[in-house]
Amino acid sequence: MISNSQLVNKYFRHNKKFPHIWCPGCGIGTILGNMLRAIDALALDKNDIAFVSGIGCTGRAPVYVDFNTLHTTHGRALPFATGLKLARPELKVLVATGDGDATAIGGNHLIHACRRNIDITTIIFNNYIYGMTGGQYSPTTPHGDKASTCKLGNIERPFNISQLVEAAGATFVGRTTSYHTLQLQNIIKKAILHKGFSVVEVITHCPTTYGRINKKGNAVDMLKWQKEVAIDKSRADKMEPKELEGKIVTGILIEKQLPEFCEQYDNIIEAAQNLKNSKPGGSK
Amino acid sequence: MNKKSSYQLMQGNEAAAEGALAAGVSFFAGYPITPSTEIAEILADRLPANGGKFIQMEDEIGSIAAIIGASIGGCKALTATSGPGFSLMQENLGFACLAEIPLVIVNVMRGGPSTGMPTSPSQGDVMQARWGTHGDHPIIVLTPSSVEEAFHYTVKAVNFAEKYRNPVIVLMDEVIGHMRARVSLPPESMVERVNRVQPNMPPEWYLPYERSATGVAPMASFGDGYRYHVTGLVHDAKGFPTANPNESRDNIRGLFTKIERGFRELCIVDYEQMDDAEHAIVAYGCMVLSARSALEQLRSSGRKVGLIKLGTLWPFPRFALEHYLPQLKTILVPELNMGQIYREVLRVNAGKAVIEKLNRVNGTIITPNEIVKTVKGMTR
Ligand SMILES: Cc1ncc(C[n+]2csc(CCOP(=O)(O)OP(=O)(O)O)c2C)c(N)n1
Ligand code: SF4
Repeated sequence: MISNSQLVNKYFRHNKKFPHIWCPGCGIGTILGNMLRAIDALALDKNDIAFVSGIGCTGRAPVYVDFNTLHTTHGRALPFATGLKLARPELKVLVATGDGDATAIGGNHLIHACRRNIDITTIIFNNYIYGMTGGQYSPTTPHGDKASTCKLGNIERPFNISQLVEAAGATFVGRTTSYHTLQLQNIIKKAILHKGFSVVEVITHCPTTYGRINKKGNAVDMLKWQKEVAIDKSRADKMEPKELEGKIVTGILIEKQLPEFCEQYDNIIEAAQNLKNSKPGGSK
Repeated sequence: MNKKSSYQLMQGNEAAAEGALAAGVSFFAGYPITPSTEIAEILADRLPANGGKFIQMEDEIGSIAAIIGASIGGCKALTATSGPGFSLMQENLGFACLAEIPLVIVNVMRGGPSTGMPTSPSQGDVMQARWGTHGDHPIIVLTPSSVEEAFHYTVKAVNFAEKYRNPVIVLMDEVIGHMRARVSLPPESMVERVNRVQPNMPPEWYLPYERSATGVAPMASFGDGYRYHVTGLVHDAKGFPTANPNESRDNIRGLFTKIERGFRELCIVDYEQMDDAEHAIVAYGCMVLSARSALEQLRSSGRKVGLIKLGTLWPFPRFALEHYLPQLKTILVPELNMGQIYREVLRVNAGKAVIEKLNRVNGTIITPNEIVKTVKGMTR
């Protein structure tokens, strides 16, 4: 496996001024690092990777890494990525998006990308909060938890992202945490190799906002919590719903093959061209 | 396509779609909306037949996002919409201005605000096209006043977008969009096609936002070996976010400089019977049709009236007016809005000629007779 210094050398931009913007202890860097390890293990060419993001702390990930990188507007990474992928199907398109970016402002794009089954890998960094704007509640903030805009407790019910994208038609859904780094690499690898729309939900921690206001301790405490609540799908499948309360099922939750959007569009092109050529005088 | 241009009967929306194809557009993303829908329908058929791509997105925010993505992938990309959809596109339009992404939006205007009058003509989006997205930014806006111009201006829009790395808006009104006319379109080989300048230096030397002598930087497509960063944050010449005051200034001012350098080329203006004119009608879009027929009547009654026809609204072709101001006594600006270009004319006129506006916002057009009457009143 690639060493840390090799990883930094090979994938981080040398012409980009560091330091990065993330707080000490933030989970985003861990996820990014393991995404790079997955890419390295697959021996992908950097020129063939487009890394697209929305807005938020998560959205800052692409700027540091040496791919074709596109930092879009809040919630819109997926439609930007959709246009790019359809224009350049040979690119491996990866999207980094926060829980707010993906499921609040970008929720509509998320469900439609799932439904379309376009070959894009979307990594959702779920830290249960709007980190960048200072800790307001997001669509995944647990009921009763606090945020700067619900100091007395959240009265909204959270989305279960993995269930949401499964229902919307994603053909690959994986979930893990920023504690389970090997599983994270593995799932991202499989998601990239999957032909179709793949979602990797990564439960992660924002010690600065969510952690602080909810008294979850420091980054290490929050990682320990991730270790404790995670339960692998293989074990969870044998358990009763009652036993699974408060647990987060991890692993590859959905994996199925359905026709991919760009490949189907190639068929449309072929059919349209045949139609054109079969028309009398129809070379227009 | 055959070599000679031939006559065809088509509507403005169709002509815009043909213009897009002739200019080399290979990607369309859109969401249906009256009165622009025909453009999407035609391109849904024609693009794949030409090896291009069409996608119907979940909304107009997604539509413009997708064409930005496709443009970064190297396609000439276009979308078509109307007021409500154009409003939804504004945030990402600003992204395209700042990140300097070539793209074209055809906005077939309807009466507004809000859902307004979906099937009625209006010219209410002139200022939204100029200032709809937040922040200081230049924009290029063309407005055809015939079916044939819907073709030619769409071609020009694509070419300007490529040349200036800037979004271009084709502002059509419903009359031009849905009017059927006999047009003669040039054969494809006769249509000028401009392609964005691509970098030819080794990738490690490439600076995606370093302006060349033209004020525009070469643009690499993702996947071509130039790995670089595109962002909606104010950025330096490498494309990386910056908070440095000098770099930030260079970024924003540079957007304006490139458009200022191209000002003359970007301004399309036509003059009809202006040589001896003492009175001018300044018109664009469907108002040109009424103005032209008013002009005939006014000339035959001995009045020295001419027409300044604006093909470009933004940047505003101020020289077109300035040139004639010394000889003009009055100027009339008929518009299907409350007076959006009127204010520009007023500004450029700076108190020299007498200016009047003639406005209509009830979903009907201003007739030639109304223009005749108003000009007669002004020239008494
Ligand atoms: C249209 C728009 N609305 C609001 C914002 C402000 N904003 C920036 S980031 C953000 C929330 C980000 O939260 P999340 O997506 O969960 O990502 P995180 O910062 O936690 O990684 C918001 C609301 C914006 N940039 N654009
Ligand atoms: S605010 Fe939270 S999510 Fe953002 S960088 Fe800091 S710890 Fe990470």
